[in-house]
Amino acid sequence: MSVIVGKTSQAPDFPIAAKSALKNDQLRRNVAHATNVIRNKRALRVEEMPDWEDLRQAGSDIKAHTLAHLDHYLEEFARNCELAGGKVHWARDADEANSIAINLIRHYGGTEPGLEVIKVKTMTSDEVQMNHALEAAGIKPIETDLADMIVQLGHDEPSHIVVPALHKNRVEIRDIFRKQMGLPELTEQPEDLTNAARHYLRDRFLRAKIGISGANFAIAATGSVGVVESEGNGRMCVTLPEVLITLIGIEKVLPTFADLEVILQTLPRSATGERMNPYNSIWTGVTPGDGPQAFHVILLDNGRTRLLEDEIERETLACIRCGACLNACPVYRETGGHAYGSIYSGPIGAILSPQLQSLEHSRSLPFASTLCGACYEVCPVKINIPEVLIHLRGRVVREDQKTLGGKLSAENIAMQTVATVFQDHRRYEAAQRLARIGQTIFKRDGQLTNLPGMAGGWTRSRDLRPIPKQSFRDWWKARDKNGEETREKKAEERA
Amino acid sequence: MTAREEILARVRSALHTAPSDPVAAHARLSHTYNRIGKLSREACLELFIDRLVDYDSEILQVTAESEIPQAIAKALQHADEHRALVAPVFPAACLPPGFEFKLDNALPTSEIEGVAAVVTTCEAAVAATGTIILVHDGAQGRRVITLMPDHHICLVHRDQVFELLPEAMTAIAGRTTKPITTISGPSATSDIEMTRIRGVHGPRRLTVILYG
Ligand code: SF4
Repeated sequence: MSVIVGKTSQAPDFPIAAKSALKNDQLRRNVAHATNVIRNKRALRVEEMPDWEDLRQAGSDIKAHTLAHLDHYLEEFARNCELAGGKVHWARDADEANSIAINLIRHYGGTEPGLEVIKVKTMTSDEVQMNHALEAAGIKPIETDLADMIVQLGHDEPSHIVVPALHKNRVEIRDIFRKQMGLPELTEQPEDLTNAARHYLRDRFLRAKIGISGANFAIAATGSVGVVESEGNGRMCVTLPEVLITLIGIEKVLPTFADLEVILQTLPRSATGERMNPYNSIWTGVTPGDGPQAFHVILLDNGRTRLLEDEIERETLACIRCGACLNACPVYRETGGHAYGSIYSGPIGAILSPQLQSLEHSRSLPFASTLCGACYEVCPVKINIPEVLIHLRGRVVREDQKTLGGKLSAENIAMQTVATVFQDHRRYEAAQRLARIGQTIFKRDGQLTNLPGMAGGWTRSRDLRPIPKQSFRDWWKARDKNGEETREKKAEERA
Repeated sequence: MTAREEILARVRSALHTAPSDPVAAHARLSHTYNRIGKLSREACLELFIDRLVDYDSEILQVTAESEIPQAIAKALQHADEHRALVAPVFPAACLPPGFEFKLDNALPTSEIEGVAAVVTTCEAAVAATGTIILVHDGAQGRRVITLMPDHHICLVHRDQVFELLPEAMTAIAGRTTKPITTISGPSATSDIEMTRIRGVHGPRRLTVILYG
């Protein structure tokens, strides 16, 4: 089994990617503007809910319960979906999901090259790189969400899990549309750009035989599946084609229809700052005479079952992909999503991507955080992201220490040395005296501003106070020696 | 091992669960959030109207059912439309004269495309979020006819308006065998610099006729 999460295996480490993102002023302006707007709208819509904290708790409880009984709910969902006329497929990893999808498309659509399939925003399909797999098989996937179209037509990567093109401004979008849609006169007015997308897609919606969707939830008790959206492209994709293929991560299942009343209150407010998003589509299997007459679900594992074992890591699977933690994160807000090298970016990306891949890729992401806790505060299902981050940092360090390269790395040797020195106060004091002598050459204006080696990472952006001439312990010892004298002297002074 | 068996086996071994009773455990989950509204009927309806206006929906209010045809006529005239789709079982008595109503007898999309409006009833509505809920059955129409026209005119009985989402969800819980669509204002996007633009692929215009 090989777990693929987007293009993480080829992505540079976060510190390197972040550096170049920080140099792109336009990108930073676009990201700052978009995240500010959503944050403010979210705050407004959350404030008007007197029972917001209760809803968060309920969402967290429902998710924890479901994950603890995931086998039961998956089987129940599959049974009910098939009773209603759907067909459920199981995919261990990305390759398996893609080949199931390709076989289904071939089965229903034939083998003619260039066959078009319409898609509605699904992060899970980006995770398994489905578009690449389809294209390699001669199938043409057409993204229908406005932001996904911008990303697809611009040969770009999504930079946010809810607003994937938030790093592009209207002029950049106009240029992509002008070129790719052959509309040289198109203006940068958002109305015109939206209209261009509507026209571009209208025929494609009507002629596509096969649709591919993701799902925001799957209901075990009824076998229903649902898509949360705004534009109506989701409704088009799940209604117009003859065949619908829906890719769902196994963690998306919910026990009952009633559980939706919690998620449908917290998700829209957290994601876009709306009381309710314009459309939710919920369907159960196949309805004769209404919508697709063939319905296939692909239930995807792709590393998710690994996260179940550890209770801290398991929390990650409660995520409902609202994006609130991205908008709240001081690191994401500066760098945008691409620096994370993963389609899941921001705080949730920093914990999800490395875990799905058993820390084989995205290893630098758990360190891409200041642990300020803003993500936890806004999370509608109360995932304690800082706790998971610290847990993962520990795992990365412990794993590094096990490899030979890790054992011999300067950082590890330094840390081991520090550990030995700290264990014994005599060694510690001797080390301090040595350092006091050694630091003189790095001192400037009484501060340490340019330390060599690993410590340089710290002093590049901050000054460090030098070690004082006398430590507290030295002073205490000296005081003890002539302690009696001093005390007498003090007493005299007071008298 | 099939993929199904393998995934389920992985889940089971990861959870180390002793036999448990998910149904009983689910029933024990506490729900401390508001599940029942507190507003009076008038206040609830006022809130609903307020939310609809906030989403740029149009609202026409009538009292007697006999006034519905006039309201539908008005909604169509506002949009300068002469034709509308309706489900075959839509009550003919509610439809005004002077317009062409095309019955959706399993119409192919080619015949739906080009009709500018659709008139439906609904299953329930939520005041707090300005949401109408369609269960695609009977006079609520098939999904496709409520989606392709540019203008959706929806009849909402005042008794169908609940204050809170959980109340409405409880009311429709038994109807999940049919497709369900919740609609909160016209289709919209904020994907371009977070500017809200009305009308992308779904109906650009939503008119709610409140009656009863
Ligand atoms: S971790 Fe929480 S805040 Fe972040 S996307 Fe997931 S649900 Fe939203």
